[in-house]
Amino acid sequence: MAVVSCPECGANVEIPGDAIVGEIIVCPECGVELEVTGLDPAAVTLAAEVEEDWGE
Amino acid sequence: MTTASIVGGSGYAGGELLRLLLGHPQIEVTQITSRQYAGKFVYSTHPNLRGSTRLKFTTVDELAPCDVLFLALPHGEASTQIERFSGLAGRIIDLSADFRLKDLDLYREWYGLDHPAPEWLSRFVYGLPELHRADLQNAKYASGVGCNATAVNLALWPLATRNLIDHAVVEVKVGSSEGGNAFSLATHHPERSGCVRSFAPTGHRHQAEMLQELGAFDLYFSATAIELVRGVLCTAHVFLKDDLAEKDVWGIYREAYGSERFVRLVKDRQGVYRYPEPKLLAGTNYCDVGFEKDPRSNRLVVISAIDNLMKGAAGSAVQSMNVMMGWPEDEGLGFMGLHPV
Repeated sequence: MAVVSCPECGANVEIPGDAIVGEIIVCPECGVELEVTGLDPAAVTLAAEVEEDWGE
Repeated sequence: MTTASIVGGSGYAGGELLRLLLGHPQIEVTQITSRQYAGKFVYSTHPNLRGSTRLKFTTVDELAPCDVLFLALPHGEASTQIERFSGLAGRIIDLSADFRLKDLDLYREWYGLDHPAPEWLSRFVYGLPELHRADLQNAKYASGVGCNATAVNLALWPLATRNLIDHAVVEVKVGSSEGGNAFSLATHHPERSGCVRSFAPTGHRHQAEMLQELGAFDLYFSATAIELVRGVLCTAHVFLKDDLAEKDVWGIYREAYGSERFVRLVKDRQGVYRYPEPKLLAGTNYCDVGFEKDPRSNRLVVISAIDNLMKGAAGSAVQSMNVMMGWPEDEGLGFMGLHPV
């Protein structure tokens, strides 16, 4: 099981052995959704999300 | 069972304290005093406690010895009677501001008078377990905490203790229960309802507790009363000495509060409640803390929320008692809050 650093909070995040590229996992520390972008080596990015704008 | 009494229990903090102590597995509440309501059932003043206790208010003259004595008197009264109270109980927790400050000059500067019992100041430990747990474990006397000060202190302490703050501009938005249960024209419904009232743009007394607990950096504090009964939302604009990445800030706060029972980090990228929200904390002893770094400057916005009557008063007092008595820190403080509310 690979371990990567959460790009949001820096916590260690385990990538499940059966993960696939494009899968969404959740950081156990900050709860952010991460998209698996690579497996060898393991890599994640912040998953895309719907933005809110209350400033209009 | 450990016996506990409350002196001055007709106010909001006293009522909240009684609610917590009635549900505490180690405590038997023996007396609660009120000059104004002596002889009346406590539920006449604290209606949420109907059916939970048959206690009536007594006068302070009828006060009998007990194990733990809580003082919830108006500011200035505990310090003039502390010699008498100390003869009644081995442990005292004073919710007022009388014994919070350790420096006589600081007390005189912010409270405008000389302290009536200066020899007692050093005997009291500031009653915020997250900052003074070791001292509380050996303490006989603990002070209460200022509600606004608690929101600010817990928001900024991880940064302050690492000397990362150049200066900070802090604003709190607070509910009406901070003003206590005495009423005036200013609290009259037609005057108060709908207000966003700047009641202390500068000079709020709780700033003294922030200076004491957070140390030496320039802190500019303002308070605004809003349409809320319970709750404090603190927005602290922290100007850092050196730039930090958000990931670094995560690490700092995780190290400071990762094992704290009552401080939660709230910083989500999705969902309705992405940052601390006082509404969710009503009746709980939590302090929620979140932050966001301004990518264009050295400004770090730190947000915290508490229930002013709980973590900002009665909850911290009970938590301090638990530490002083060697009990699990969360006994009597397990309420998780309501949603929706």
